[in-house]
Formats: sequence, C-alpha cells, structure tokens
Amino acid sequence: MHIIESGNVAAATGVKLSRVQVIAAYPITPQTPLTEKLSEFVESEQLTAQYIPVESEHSAMAVCIAASTAGTRAFTATSANGLLYMNEQLHWAVGARLPIVTCVVNRGIGAPWTVWNDQQDSMAQRDVGWIQLYASDHQQIIDSVIKAFRLAQTVSIPVMVCYDGYLLSHTYMPFDLPEQSEVDAFLPPFVPKHFLDPENPGNFNTVTLPDVRPGVDGTMRPGYIEIRHNLHQDLRAALDSYAEIDREFEQRFGRGGSPFVEQYRCDDARFVAVAVGSLSYQLRDVIDTMREDGIAIGVMGVQMYRPFPDQAVASALAGKECVIVFEKALSYGNQGPLYSDIKSTLYRMDDRPIIHNYILGLGGREIKTQQLLDALTESCARPAAIEDTPRWIGLKLQEEHHG
Amino acid sequence: MAEKTTILNLTEEEFVHSGNRACTGCGLSIVYRIGLKALGKNSVLVVPPSCLTVLQGLYPVASTKLPCVNVTFASTAAAATGVRSAMMALGKDDVNVVAWAGDGGTSDIGIQALSGACERGDNIIYICYDNEAYMNTGVQRSGTTPQGVLTTTTPIKGKLQVKKDVPAIIAAHGIPYVATASAAFPLDFYDKVKKATTIHGPKYIHVHTPCPPGWGFDTRYTIKVGKLAVETGLFDLYEIENGSFSLSAPSQRLVGKKRPPVSDYFAAQGRFKSLDTDMVNTIQQQVDAKWAA
Ligand SMILES: Cc1ncc(C[n+]2csc(CCOP(=O)(O)OP(=O)(O)O)c2C)c(N)n1
Ligand code: SF4
Ligand SMILES: [Mg+2]
Repeated sequence: MHIIESGNVAAATGVKLSRVQVIAAYPITPQTPLTEKLSEFVESEQLTAQYIPVESEHSAMAVCIAASTAGTRAFTATSANGLLYMNEQLHWAVGARLPIVTCVVNRGIGAPWTVWNDQQDSMAQRDVGWIQLYASDHQQIIDSVIKAFRLAQTVSIPVMVCYDGYLLSHTYMPFDLPEQSEVDAFLPPFVPKHFLDPENPGNFNTVTLPDVRPGVDGTMRPGYIEIRHNLHQDLRAALDSYAEIDREFEQRFGRGGSPFVEQYRCDDARFVAVAVGSLSYQLRDVIDTMREDGIAIGVMGVQMYRPFPDQAVASALAGKECVIVFEKALSYGNQGPLYSDIKSTLYRMDDRPIIHNYILGLGGREIKTQQLLDALTESCARPAAIEDTPRWIGLKLQEEHHG
Repeated sequence: MAEKTTILNLTEEEFVHSGNRACTGCGLSIVYRIGLKALGKNSVLVVPPSCLTVLQGLYPVASTKLPCVNVTFASTAAAATGVRSAMMALGKDDVNVVAWAGDGGTSDIGIQALSGACERGDNIIYICYDNEAYMNTGVQRSGTTPQGVLTTTTPIKGKLQVKKDVPAIIAAHGIPYVATASAAFPLDFYDKVKKATTIHGPKYIHVHTPCPPGWGFDTRYTIKVGKLAVETGLFDLYEIENGSFSLSAPSQRLVGKKRPPVSDYFAAQGRFKSLDTDMVNTIQQQVDAKWAA
C-alpha cells in the first residue's frame, strides 16, 4: 500500500513495524515529529512498547542501553546537539555490542545556533563504531529502519539511520508501506545470548584490564584491546551481512540491490559526482542536463558510510577520470570527511581518478541546482588537478576574512 | 513498620562473594553485602563508575551473584529506568531494579537523570552510598563533602561550602519513599531496603558509608566513626514515607538526650584537621539548633 507522508512519519512507521519494545526520546528540531508520532502510536496502542519521555538525550541512550542489555529491542532518535550530548553513550552502546537503532535527522551544530540541515552531526560521529546508513528519500527511510534492526541484531552493533532534516524529515512523499506480516517474517524477535537475567546472572561492562586474563574456570578471556579488535573485525564483516540482508529484503519487498552506493548514469561516465543523502538525488537533475550537453557524467550516492564500503566505492569509481565529492560536513582544518575516505580508497588503484571536494549547504544554506551545475562544469573542465583544499559553494563573504 | 531484622533472623544467603577489591574496613562493603541480602535473588543492579565498580571485580571475575549492568557516570537512574522498561516489556515486573551509585555519581553528575526518574515516577530503587567524596579517583570534593573537609581538591583550607542535602532534594520530588541509613547500623539499612522492595514507584535510600583511607581513620574504626556521625547528631537517620517523616531508632533515641560533641567525630578523622575551634563551635551550634527544632 502506498501512502503520502513526511519522512519523520516514514521513520516512525518503520519503528512501529519493527515491533520496538522500548523507546526513549527527547525532542529536538527537526527530529521532534518523529518522537511525537511514536508517542501517539504507543498511547493509541497501535504499538505495544514502553515509551520513556526522558529528561535528556544522554538519558535517552541510557534507557536504550539498559533496555537492550536486558534483552529488548530499543530505539531512540535525535538531531545535532542532541546527538552530541549522547556522544559518551554512543561509545558505550557499541562497546557493549547492543543492537540499538537510532534515527539521526541531520541538522547543523551550534554555535551559532542553527536548526537547518547539514550532515555535520552524524559525520562527526563516524569514529564511534556505529554502523551509519543514509537515506535519500522516504522509501529508503522506512526500509532502512527495518533493515537496520535486522543488521544490528545480526552483528550485535548499533545502527544509525540518518536522513536530512527538513529536506526529508518535513517534506511529503509517497512511499510503499510494508505489510506487518512481511516485516515479521523478515525481522525475527531479538533473542540475545546474554542478558540481565536473575536466573543466570552476569556482570556487564566490567572494568577490563589491558591484558588477557583467565576466568574462574581457567579459560583465557580477552583484554580491552582484543574486545576492540573484534568490534572492528565485526564491523568489516557487517558489510557482507548487510549485502545479504539487502538481498533478502529485495526478494521479499522488491526494493534494494544497491546497499552501499547508488549509481546513476555512472556506467559510461568519465566524471562522477558523489554525495550523501538527498543531495545525491538533487544532483541527478544536474547530471541529466549535463548529459544533454554531451558530458559523460554520473552521480553516486553513498548509502552506508560506516563501515566504509571501500570495495563498492572502488569498483564504482575505477577507471573514472575525475570524482567530485559534495559534502554538507567538514573535518575542520582538513577536508570533507567523505572526500578523505574516498581518496584513501582510490589510493591503491594504479590508474586512480583525480578528486575534487566541494563544501556546501552548511547550516541549511540553500543549494541551488544551478550552483551544482556550475561547480560540476568547472570540475569537468579541469579534471587534471587534484585539490586538497575544498572549494566552497555559494559563499557570500561580506568582507575579507583574516585567518 | 514490619518486624525489625536482628542478627538472629538475618538471611544467611550471600550475594557478594567473600573477598573483593574494596579496602579493608570499607563502609560500602558492609552495606553492599547487607543490601543485596535484603534485595534477594530476583534483582538487577545498575552501577556507574565508583568504588563499587572496583569492588565488583575485574573482567572476567565478578564478586557479586546478581545480574549487574555497569553504565556511564551520569546515567545511572536513566539506565535503571531502561532496565525497568525492559522488564515491563518482557512481563517480568516482579524483578527489583536497583541503582547503586556513589555520592558524586548521585549529587553531582547524576542528579539530572535521578531527578528525571523521580519526576516520571519510575519504579526503581536508587541507593546512594555516601562516602562524602570522589574516592575512586582519589578523594576529590563532591557535593556531599561536608564543610571544612580536606580533600585533594580542597587541600589546604578544606571545603568552603556546606554538604548538599540530597535526600531533601529527592524528597521534594514527592516520591513515595526516601530514607537515610548508615553502615554503622546495617540492620536498620537492611529493613529500609527490604521496605523499598515492597513500594511501587521511585525509592531513594541515602546511606552514609565511612571510608578509612578517604576520611583518615584506622580500618578498625569504621563502625565507630559511622556511629559517631549519627550520635553527634550530624547525620540523621530517618524515613519519609508518602510525605510523612519519622526518625529511625538510632536517631530517635537521641531526642531529649545529651549528644556527644561534634568535635569527638571530627577528632576521630584526619580529614577535619583544618577545622579551627570557631568553625567547630559554629557547626556545634548549627547541630544543636537543628535538634532543638
Ligand atoms: C563522565 C565521567 N567523568 C568523570 C569520570 C571519572 N570518575 C570515575 S569514578 C569518579 C568518582 C566517583 O565518586 P563517587 O560517585 O562519590 O563514588 P566513590 O568513588 O566515592 O565510591 C569519577 C570522577 C567518569 N568515569 N566519567
Ligand atoms: S576508598 Fe573508601 S569507599 Fe572506596 S573502597 Fe576504599 S574504603 Fe571503600
Ligand atoms: Mg563518593
């Protein structure tokens, strides 16, 4: 069944279909309508779950961490400063290997205050160890939420489902509503091996020494570094798990097939624009225009950012002349984070493409399609020079800024 | 109140293994052992970083027999709420969900989450063991460090501010049960924990736990020092049940009696040695005024 709803409602509906048992959330623009919708689902008994209106995002994740450790499916959602306020808890959740799912409705970060969209909030969390999925439209939001729960419990690693604030969260689009029975068949209940159980007591997240240490039964147990190594290995292995989950999802729901990157007119392209989220769809119009002018260009949307799908990125970009990375986030003092990651992926190629970086849209600055066209035209005209200093799109500097 | 527990009818079942990583003479060690007896097997514990984290052992060895989740410093009460929600979702609502945090984890960094849980009426027991400083990190001042106490962050003049009255703050939330207790009166503490398991909603117990290395007294004087705090009238034992206040026996029996001077308590510990006579007299007058009221 198709419905027309907002991106936040698509996310909330995905959460409902996933039969979440514990929800804790704290309001922040533009995530707010998502949590409002979830409280409505719970109060109207359309969803049987505990809804905890916590007093902060730190506590929201605390509730999820504890509820997940106790063996229930837990969810929260946030944006911008709320995500940053959770930072310690994000690390804790992944270190404890809990299959929590969190929606991040992307928004710029203060100071100065901004409520508008960019992707600095979730990009700044790339190193915590969570899996990060990015949706480009409402269908991908609802599908990603359902897949995220399956992935999280398959690999015991929490997942962020990120989507652009306002551009996706508050706009209305038609999308297909998966059948509950189909979702139930796709997403089995969460049954952890170890959980907080008075019948079988265990002490979770105990202080762990630098070195390995035998347990009371004499078997050697990992030290901190082994535990962290295993997390990294399991994150790398999550790429295969997600490919498998995406295949199964496609068989059941008829959507999927490109879990890591979504390519548009890339096959014969000499040039490839790269972006994350809704911007990758906006770029499709530009690509169509340039194709009409005979420029062999395509666009690649990155749908999973952590673990970084380097093989999928490498095979999509192999043999291209120039890759142009557009980012609504910046590793301040260096480059766009995606640019750095793509560059390191290309490094091992003999005949690697030239790569350009544009920063745009921070704090909700409108991204005009004409600006994208101008930038791509400019980059395609000088595909020989790599530029590690990102170019900025649409800056309106009033006076000379002295660094 | 239900029949008082005595040493004759105290349950023999232990939930803390003998031998743990707490210091000799640790007041926390006493209340943890007694408190877990009162809670019994059907309980889940939530613990933030503190001396209790250390007491509980280093992976893969644990010194307690109850399921426990260690959580971040500021999140104890919210995590307890999370365990409770999961138990409700799983239909296991008879489980006691019990947070155990230090005074720093309660009065300072964790007070927001605790206030939130109390305001929401979450069905948890929160036990704050008050050793009156951040002991785990090496005796720094906390919100509940009393005035005049030397700590590593109040090293010369002693703490200038007065002790934060956390039980009163929590009582102001109107929760059904608030109690204070002391490691020097373990059976009184036992009965309060036991009572807390029978009440629905947030329950808060603030237990005074003397700490030999942090307070500067010999390990054999833990009970003596703890008793002096109560008997001098400095740390009062009471319950507030559905808003009605009652002194507990160890404090009740001081009413109308002559109490030992607070200087006895101060002199028994190294941490008060920067207090001058004027300050001691002022504190004595404050305690006298409180007891006269
Ligand atoms: C966010 C955060 N800040 C600081 C610390 C460091 N820290 C660990 S335990 C502790 C002191 C605990 O004091 P208290 O709660 O009184 O318990 P005690 O050690 O006295 O038993 C501190 C400051 C931490 N673990 N997390
Ligand atoms: S420092 Fe004090 S509270 Fe901590 S374990 Fe030692 S005696 Fe107990
Ligand atoms: Mg302390």
